Amino acid sequence: MSTAKIPLWRDDRFWKIVLQILAVIVVVVIVDFFLFNLRLNMARRGSTFSFNFLSSQASFDIGEALISYRSSDLYGQAFLVGLLNSLKVMIVGVILTTGLGITAGIARFSNNWLIRQIVTLYVDLFRNTPILLQLLFWYFAVFTNLPKVEDRVLIFGSLYISNRGIAMPWMGSSTVAWLSLLGLVGLAIAAFLVWQQRTKIMVEQGASGQNLLFVLLGMGVTALVLLIFGLQWTFPVINEQGATTGGLRLTAEYCSVLLGLVFYTGAFVSEIVRSGIQSVAKGQWEAAKALGLNSGLLMRLVIFPQALRVMIPPLTSEYLNLCKNSSLAIAIAYPDVYAVSSTILNQTGRAIEIVLMIMATYLIINLLISLFMNLLNSSVQIKER
Amino acid sequence: MRKNRLLFAILPIFASLAACSATVNTTTPATTTGSPGGEAAAPAGKSRLDTVISRGKLVCGVSGDLPGFSFVDQTGKYSGLDVDFCKALAAALFNDPEKVEYRNLTSKERFEVLKAGDVDVLSRNSTWTASRDTALGLEFLATMFYDGQGMMVRKDANITKLEDLAGKSVCVETGTTTELNLADQMRKLNIDYKPLVFENGDATYAAYAQGNCEGVTSDRSQLAGRRTTLPDPTNHVVLDTVMSKEPLAPVVANNDSSWANVVRWTVFTLINAEEMGITAQNVDEKLKTTDPDVKRFLGVEGSLGKDMGLPPDFAVRIIKAVGNYGEIYERNVGTGSKINLPRGINKLWNDGGLMYSPPFR
Repeated sequence: MSTAKIPLWRDDRFWKIVLQILAVIVVVVIVDFFLFNLRLNMARRGSTFSFNFLSSQASFDIGEALISYRSSDLYGQAFLVGLLNSLKVMIVGVILTTGLGITAGIARFSNNWLIRQIVTLYVDLFRNTPILLQLLFWYFAVFTNLPKVEDRVLIFGSLYISNRGIAMPWMGSSTVAWLSLLGLVGLAIAAFLVWQQRTKIMVEQGASGQNLLFVLLGMGVTALVLLIFGLQWTFPVINEQGATTGGLRLTAEYCSVLLGLVFYTGAFVSEIVRSGIQSVAKGQWEAAKALGLNSGLLMRLVIFPQALRVMIPPLTSEYLNLCKNSSLAIAIAYPDVYAVSSTILNQTGRAIEIVLMIMATYLIINLLISLFMNLLNSSVQIKER
Repeated sequence: MRKNRLLFAILPIFASLAACSATVNTTTPATTTGSPGGEAAAPAGKSRLDTVISRGKLVCGVSGDLPGFSFVDQTGKYSGLDVDFCKALAAALFNDPEKVEYRNLTSKERFEVLKAGDVDVLSRNSTWTASRDTALGLEFLATMFYDGQGMMVRKDANITKLEDLAGKSVCVETGTTTELNLADQMRKLNIDYKPLVFENGDATYAAYAQGNCEGVTSDRSQLAGRRTTLPDPTNHVVLDTVMSKEPLAPVVANNDSSWANVVRWTVFTLINAEEMGITAQNVDEKLKTTDPDVKRFLGVEGSLGKDMGLPPDFAVRIIKAVGNYGEIYERNVGTGSKINLPRGINKLWNDGGLMYSPPFR
């Protein structure tokens, strides 16, 4: 038994190594095949692989930009403008989608029959129609049919709505305004910590917590003052040429993309929230009710934290989908990174380089979202000791 | 034993991979589209001309949504100036103007599709520019239509010049020279405007019709064509301002002079036929002429067709199929048509225009 020679092909360790090597060879051959094809075809067309075009003049205009951009700027700058426009849709979109999805998901458990029916209708309608159709609907059917820009509608004395978009009051852009915003964020964090401390001493020491309540009250007043005066609100006004200036002006294209993506993805998120909540055992509901928690506290303290564990992985997918779907913005003339890139592609003829850049952009954004959501996911899992 | 089976499962993959690489190395790799025109752009030693002839039909890239130039009607029939050029080419090659397969291409994808070899020729109101002719690796042949960029606005909008568009939106199709010219013009005049860039022509004009933008810019001929499809054509007006030169020409891929010659001289055939007064009706009569110029042109004498790789009577075939340049113009975009564009600079050179054919000699 000891020295009986095992034939090589009967040796498990041998095959383990060989199969690894074979796998590597397969990958190398496939990659090499495509690279070879690429080189051959590019050589035939007489083009070389290079990103030098990014530093030549773009000479086309872009409808809206977060940073300064003129047609005399470079292609690289144009790409950046598109990227920031995309991020503007993605970030705001993810936040609003989360809000809408959670609200709609919880509303499905409402005791109110009408609310339940409305939410069901919303989910079924928006989940079962194509996103491109919905974007076109928001742009061509909703925003186009709003009042013309000359006879724009004024809502609440400060919100203008027309077929060119929405203008609303917004914080100023001075240093004071930014410092105030920073102060508000700081106050919010401090208030949260104080609140936790207050709960702690109330529970552990049986103290009344009244002193800390006054501290919180003071913070609230300060925040209110900062909010009203510190942020230096600017209001949209109409100048003599009939154009709107001041405030935050969102174009019809941006609003359509945003609303389209938020309502579409929100429907999916609401289903995820519903399934998450339903996954929590019935005993948890009963136990929480037995403790005398009202329905708000029951959801916030008992059910939702447990539901999060089930919700986060599918929620990640929806966020990724939202970001990828934002590339459909080109259909309604919103200059996102894909739309701007396709203009660049057309002007320069650098198809391979630009498609690679677009792919890399979406890949990086989505990997970052995945990374963040995975961290969040591991933080809400049950800590086993 | 289990591992061995796995190995046998993997082996065929290798075999097929090896086969793939072998194909790549020995023959020119076909592009993966599998379309009839999927051959590579310009394989060494083999002209696109041979490819087209052996295929038995021409693959022609057109716009498909532009009245007067290339437009598909409800029955799926193509018509227009660009389409007639494809037909002329098919007539020269196969003596049958219907042996054309049309591909609708957006302005964004047109050049990539041409360079990949999926269409033989692009007859799609494409502007001849220096950078497209050089950096993009294309070969523009001979101008079929001299155009200029214009701006269309609503009659009641109180806009008479570009300056009136300050603070307003302008719809434009992506991937066009018009997008660039618009930016240049507005920069020159220092006008702050907002471009709304759409991916295809239909969306661009739908947005304009719906009032999402005050103006829409494109070649003036295209605006005239598009105006006819708007819900209320009489309510729109093309401004007098001409923003650029737009010579529209058929395009082929670079480095294939045999094929480029055929396409180039097809354009000249149309122009020359008008200059010689040869029409679809009188071409048979003209064959009996004693004029050596006409005889050579129509292939009664000489070897012009053979030198181009075409049959000797290619000009007769072309003229019989689509008529001369003037006939094509009047039929599709002229004052008699719905588009109603005067000949203007597209008249013959001896009539005060720019249309000029080198001699057929």
